[in-house]
Amino acid sequence: MTFDINVIIGQWPAIVSGAGVTIMIWILGTIAAAIIGFLMAVARQYGGMLVDKALGAIVAVLRGTPFLIQIFLVYYGGPFVGLDLDPLPAGLIGISVYGAAYFSEIFRSGFQAVPKGHIEAGECVGLTRRQIVWRILLPEMTMLVLPPSVNMVVILMKETAVLSIITVPELTATLSAIGSQQYAFVEALSVLALFYWVLVELTGWLGNLAETKLSRFRFFNA
Amino acid sequence: MSIKLFELLLQASIYTVTISVVSILIGFAIAILLSGMLLSGRSLFVRPAQIFISFFRGVPLLVQLLLIYNLLPVIGINVPSVVAAIIGLSLCTAAYQAENLRGGFASVPLGLVESAEMVGLTPRQVFRRIKVPIALRLTFPALVNEAILILKASSLVSVVGIVELTRMAQDLAGSTFLPLQIFASAGLIYLMINWLVALAGGMIENRLPGVPR
Repeated sequence: MTFDINVIIGQWPAIVSGAGVTIMIWILGTIAAAIIGFLMAVARQYGGMLVDKALGAIVAVLRGTPFLIQIFLVYYGGPFVGLDLDPLPAGLIGISVYGAAYFSEIFRSGFQAVPKGHIEAGECVGLTRRQIVWRILLPEMTMLVLPPSVNMVVILMKETAVLSIITVPELTATLSAIGSQQYAFVEALSVLALFYWVLVELTGWLGNLAETKLSRFRFFNA
Repeated sequence: MSIKLFELLLQASIYTVTISVVSILIGFAIAILLSGMLLSGRSLFVRPAQIFISFFRGVPLLVQLLLIYNLLPVIGINVPSVVAAIIGLSLCTAAYQAENLRGGFASVPLGLVESAEMVGLTPRQVFRRIKVPIALRLTFPALVNEAILILKASSLVSVVGIVELTRMAQDLAGSTFLPLQIFASAGLIYLMINWLVALAGGMIENRLPGVPR
């Protein structure tokens, strides 16, 4: 066996482009998922029982089925209901909706975990509603939702690889193609694994850093 | 969509469940080894285990599967693709399960261990009769969770050509031009399987001997 990494390095423009698509999908998908998830959590909290039950069922379906099946449903099933999407938008929609289901649960538990006593105490000392939201509710919630959110951001990073299956031109698809053209699968896939490994470790490290920096908002001993 | 198609999907889901169960069990065995290495406290064992866990948690499962599937023939190991898939799933779940087990052993209340030592149990007895049962009890919910994750993740082995539920759905969607119905049905079957696993897990959990909190 010869391990010739130069074959892969020679293709660097395509690799950079693929890595760019991966990172773009990751960032856009994560932001969209967090926003949709937040709105879903708010709707479940304040939208009445019917909204809560309906959204709860959607979340259960999204969390109980494989991401790959959801992507196939959007990409191959979409045209049959008038939703004819290119791979990239289909992938972005897929990852956003999938992530939103998990983020909504994270935010929901965040809302519910801020102790009522803290809010009452704020009211007692005469804080306005706005001050209570900005100085008590949001900081305490941030500390609660930060660790699971970082976890979710890492999971979404890894899920971007699955989009190669519906031919989104991200890094996994790019390197698989280079690997088969150059008969250098192992080299290409090693570069791919290394890329994800470094990025995921880096994200986890940044998450820990943020947690340490924000720890002054922590109100519980855990 | 006809009943016949649904039956084909159900048959393929047996493959999904089999691959998942085998992978979870092999993964659990590797995880015991890994968590033992982590808990040994000797860097000779701890470091390799940490690197293993960091790699298999930091690289997407799809990439791991492609890597193992393509690497094995190159280094002269020719196994059927289903074996390569099970190796990939097992190594990945082992990394997650090892972390769970390590956490479980770390959460065994110190007072229980000390009182067991107090009444004269040997270290071996303390391990087998106190630490192991309590750690298993503490990590059982995480294990059920992991089983559900692997059931979903097993959909990825379709890319190496194994005709499990997802691959069967793909083939049928292509040949019948009913992708919406077929993929929705496949999703429904995954949902049912996962619901059953969660239900069974909850029932078993209630029967496990309790642990003081």
